[in-house]
Amino acid sequence: MDYSQFLIMKQEIALLVVFLLVFLYDTFMPRSAQKGLPVCTSVLMLLLTVAGCLDCCLCSTDNQVAFGGMYETSAIISAIKNILNIGVVIVLIQSIKWANGEFMIMRRGEFYELLLVTLFGMYLMISARHFLVFVIGLECASLPLAAMVAFDKNRYESHEAAVKYILTAVFSSAIFMMGLSFVYGVAGSLYFANIYTAIYASPSVMLVMAVAFVIAGIGFKLSLVPFHLWTADVYQGAPTSVTSYLSVISKGATAFAFLVVMAQVFGSLYTIVWEWMLYALIILTITIGNLFAIRQRNMKRFLAFSSISQAGYIMLGIIAYNTLGVAAMMFYILVYIFSNLGAFGVIGAIENACGKVSMDDYRGLYKTNPRLAFTMMLAMFSLAGIPPFAGFFSKFFIFTGALEGGSVAIYVLVLIALINTIVSLYYYLLVVKAMFISEEECVILPFKSACSERLGMWIALFGIIFLGLLSPVYSTLIDMASVSQFGMYFLN
Amino acid sequence: MEISAIYFLVPSLIMFCCGLYGFITRRNMIAMLISLELMLNSVDMNFVIFNRFLFPGQMEGMMFTLFAIAIAAAETALAIAIIINVFRSVNHVDVRELNEMKF
Repeated sequence: MDYSQFLIMKQEIALLVVFLLVFLYDTFMPRSAQKGLPVCTSVLMLLLTVAGCLDCCLCSTDNQVAFGGMYETSAIISAIKNILNIGVVIVLIQSIKWANGEFMIMRRGEFYELLLVTLFGMYLMISARHFLVFVIGLECASLPLAAMVAFDKNRYESHEAAVKYILTAVFSSAIFMMGLSFVYGVAGSLYFANIYTAIYASPSVMLVMAVAFVIAGIGFKLSLVPFHLWTADVYQGAPTSVTSYLSVISKGATAFAFLVVMAQVFGSLYTIVWEWMLYALIILTITIGNLFAIRQRNMKRFLAFSSISQAGYIMLGIIAYNTLGVAAMMFYILVYIFSNLGAFGVIGAIENACGKVSMDDYRGLYKTNPRLAFTMMLAMFSLAGIPPFAGFFSKFFIFTGALEGGSVAIYVLVLIALINTIVSLYYYLLVVKAMFISEEECVILPFKSACSERLGMWIALFGIIFLGLLSPVYSTLIDMASVSQFGMYFLN
Repeated sequence: MEISAIYFLVPSLIMFCCGLYGFITRRNMIAMLISLELMLNSVDMNFVIFNRFLFPGQMEGMMFTLFAIAIAAAETALAIAIIINVFRSVNHVDVRELNEMKF
């Protein structure tokens, strides 16, 4: 056996090293040094991210395949992994205060270990080119998350959220694997490439069912409507750090893996089978996500529904089915990470300081904590897509990518998405209105947020303001997407 | 005499549908978990049947089944742990009562 092929998995191995270091620190360091674990993990992840970004920018990676085609990496795949890394760094920095709290003393290490394991699972899921590896990655990414949702043992909501999450996660993976068994029955292999050639443009009833099952299974993880019912409850019940991780990193990774499966396995069935399934899902997801977000008063629930509708926009990059769509989708994920983490940073800071998560409590936040209110406002503007913030550019690019195909149906879809952007503007501005304009007396007293929380918000703010204006980011993504392996699937 | 694949596939499909029905109708969390197990096991059966009858020359489906069994075991262990936690905090395992958060 050629052991040098393990070097192709260098990102996974680097992450594994970080995991082992955190694990050893947690196990062997004396109790007095345990307080340094969150900072230590953040620094290690930061180093990993910087190294990964440098590697991604300086050395151009070709398509490399390991383990007989079960694992693949390329420039665009290492780019999406680095995007996830950036998000994880922000989540880790924002969680330092919470992780050093009274409650977490005995459990600190477990939180970080579980988080890194789920990230490893997402890496595997993105790089997998065989459904066995894909399923292992998917489970590795979703099961430890259930344990993380259940982390807050003293709060009843955490239990309820965990039950809802684990039951839907197992249910969705059962549906997903049922779809896989149909695919196996039709194609006789679980390698993506073999399935692609075996089912090339020859739909059968069984295959249509298989595609529907696979979309439903992954749709649960992505919280597409009508598979979204767990989302709001889990986001509300989970600890805020876990919620922010769940809403950006998990969603971004699954969205990219979804793209890989749809293009590299079912690519030849695009117009015949799954374009219309996805079409309906996107309209439902964007519209229902938006309509339910309007009536939410709990900030975490509100962001849950907003993240459902954002997932619909991310799906536009898949239905576009061209390299521009891939680049736009990755850019959207990157911007979404920054904007959503900006919002969650503020929510987490306020929750840590005084335990308030209701939108009514945010009234008059501008008078007591102007900086937090300002950060929240920029995050909301970016999520809604107001220029010149990054969210505007990401929405613009993803619409451009979708319109590249140019069929009338896609034009209608983009029009619906555009109308929904206006609806979303209403509820994002509700938060801004509560913070700035509301005349009622303030509930949240002035407080000073922790240094780590401020750092996390600064990074997120930096991304929100500059990411849209830094054109090299998007053009690099386009270059990567145009030379990626997706090109040959899109032409057919 | 060779028994044809359909005699294995139909029970597997029935098992899946029973699991699905049970998951939707049962209100006891343990019963829901059992239903989920039924669904996962029917997937395993499907893989083995397809492998044995359609592609007897290879082992891919069997290998997938082995891994799927391990994954299902991990899922069950975690779910049971969470359900025990819930039981400790509210003294029952009825999902109808877990309705603090809704809409």
